[in-house]
Amino acid sequence: MIPRHLVIGIAAMLAVALGMSFYAWRMRGRVTQAETPAEYAHPVAAPVQGPTEQVTLYVAYDDPGVLRAQSASIPLPAGRQERAQELLRALLGLYLDKSSSHPLGPGAELRDVYLVDPGLAVIDVNDAFADGHRSGVLVEELTVASLVQTLATGIPGINRVQILVGGRERETLAGHADLSCVYDVAALGQMVAELQ
Amino acid sequence: MPWSSRRTKRAAPAVISCLALLFAFVLAVSGFADEKRLTIYSGATSYSLTVREKDGTDYVGLVEILQPLGSVSARTDGRAWRLTYNGSDSEFTPGKTRARVQGQAFDLPANFLLENGRGFVPLSSLPSLMQRFLWIPVNFHEASRRLFIGNAGVHFTAQINKTNPPTLVMNFTSPVNPMIATEPGKLRMVFTREPLVPPGSQTLTFDSQAIPSATFQESNGAAEIAVSGPVPLFASFSNDGRTITITPAPQATAHAQAPAATPAVPVPAGRPAPQALPGATPAAVSSAVQYFVVVDPSHGGDERGAALSDQLAEKDVTLAFALRLRQQLQTRGLTTLVLREGDATMSLDQRANMTNAAHPAIYVCLHAASQGSGVRLYTALLPAGAEGRGPFLDWNTAQSGFRAASQTAETSLATELGKRQVAVRSLLAPLRPLNNITAAAVAIEIAPPAGKLADLNSPGYQQLVAESVTAGIEAVRDQLGATR
Repeated sequence: MIPRHLVIGIAAMLAVALGMSFYAWRMRGRVTQAETPAEYAHPVAAPVQGPTEQVTLYVAYDDPGVLRAQSASIPLPAGRQERAQELLRALLGLYLDKSSSHPLGPGAELRDVYLVDPGLAVIDVNDAFADGHRSGVLVEELTVASLVQTLATGIPGINRVQILVGGRERETLAGHADLSCVYDVAALGQMVAELQ
Repeated sequence: MPWSSRRTKRAAPAVISCLALLFAFVLAVSGFADEKRLTIYSGATSYSLTVREKDGTDYVGLVEILQPLGSVSARTDGRAWRLTYNGSDSEFTPGKTRARVQGQAFDLPANFLLENGRGFVPLSSLPSLMQRFLWIPVNFHEASRRLFIGNAGVHFTAQINKTNPPTLVMNFTSPVNPMIATEPGKLRMVFTREPLVPPGSQTLTFDSQAIPSATFQESNGAAEIAVSGPVPLFASFSNDGRTITITPAPQATAHAQAPAATPAVPVPAGRPAPQALPGATPAAVSSAVQYFVVVDPSHGGDERGAALSDQLAEKDVTLAFALRLRQQLQTRGLTTLVLREGDATMSLDQRANMTNAAHPAIYVCLHAASQGSGVRLYTALLPAGAEGRGPFLDWNTAQSGFRAASQTAETSLATELGKRQVAVRSLLAPLRPLNNITAAAVAIEIAPPAGKLADLNSPGYQQLVAESVTAGIEAVRDQLGATR
């Protein structure tokens, strides 16, 4: 004969188990419904607020193979890191335009910019940026020089820059330009001068 | 001293823990260094396992051996250890030599070992045991612990080419990728994953003073070919890794020949050997041959480089141009090494290592592009790197001491290209391995003339560029030679 209190206890535990299973099943269904379609999976940048400022973008031109300093008015937030991100997003916006002077592959975008320690900035671009990049010494060099020089000019105090792809270090951008190193902004300035 | 003694008592456990950790680390490291390995080669794969010793007998894990070869599972069932391999059962008893393998009785040469659910069999039982499991012939080199399953095996031939300098050409029946180490008087190639089969004789002798012999030996799950010579030797790969060519370093060739009564400068075929000047010293001869060029056709193998058109890959254009350039350089009497002569994959570090080991006067790296027109010359943009320490250079900025020499070479190449009406541009570039090279280093990116992509691979255009580059390299012979 099973004691009465044991029967009640087991029945209560079974009821709780059944209830929790039902709850878990409902939650799982909701999560599945809420999954974002793949085409909208990339993060959408928050609209930038703040006064418009005049900045210098170093824009690559493939045809003569040069880099040109170009003024642009863009809204810039107050934070240093956010400013760095907006500067590079404005630059990439030019390259992703249909009439771009230095087209990038489809889906290329900036993931983030980190100002790690005094003087060091880390630019993180997505995989599509590197995978869809055209291969060649000059064409890759123009991209690197454009990103680094725009950032170093727009955000004072940056003297070293590293470029990551998809959050990871990569040997080259598209088979040529070295991405395994940390760029010295002063040394790169000489390269930029030659490209101008 | 109550404070001091209390502090000592408090610190004692930490110190003891540190010492214990250090002791464990030393034990682990020493154990690793002495680790015995077994390497198994089958037609499909090669793998290495650790051998453990118990009561003077070498043992290996049976599941680990069979896993890469088929479906295997094992369980302990009472006293017995049961193993199922590709659906057939076998049974082993810990501490016993008698076993049943694939339904038949089998006697192990020493007791079966069971530890933490893992079954170990004596190493010496492997030939017959594996034959029983696999039903195919097995060849076991017990002393070196190398087990060949079925017809797994890579054979090689070695032949000396009596060119000047002589080269030892080793042809393998399958691609190989050995670890290469050079030491005084010897170049060692260690094959860990390739089922390299011993030649008829362990020692191969060649009719050459520069490369007199090579020896084959196997030990601890690996095979080694050691090529000896009185001068430093270096190896280059071609034919998709099926051919290794071993060459004496050019400047070393001169040293090796220096004691000869009439010192002679090694010259490429097709040119008369210059007569030694009266009173010429061996040192002068040596300095003359130190002007040695390394040409590096970028990309290759799996790494195609830029897709210049639907059919044209950058790796093919760079190789074709490299061979043309070598021909031009050799016609002018400049000793040249091309880093890859076939469609082989080489890492940037390998390229830099081979170049630095060869001690050239100039390193020329070749690229091709469809964008723009003419020729672009690049020298290294050095990254933010560490300083060299003592005799050791920082790898990423190893080029720093040779920038002036690189710029001299670049200017000379630009001048010669300009003389021949080839559009030329000189730039800095973050382009590896330029920054790792310890010699004058220039990269050349060839774009089509006047933007006509079809002309990029044309013999006429490549010949014009090759002639210009050769003239540019020759023009700085004295300056780069003096730098060295």
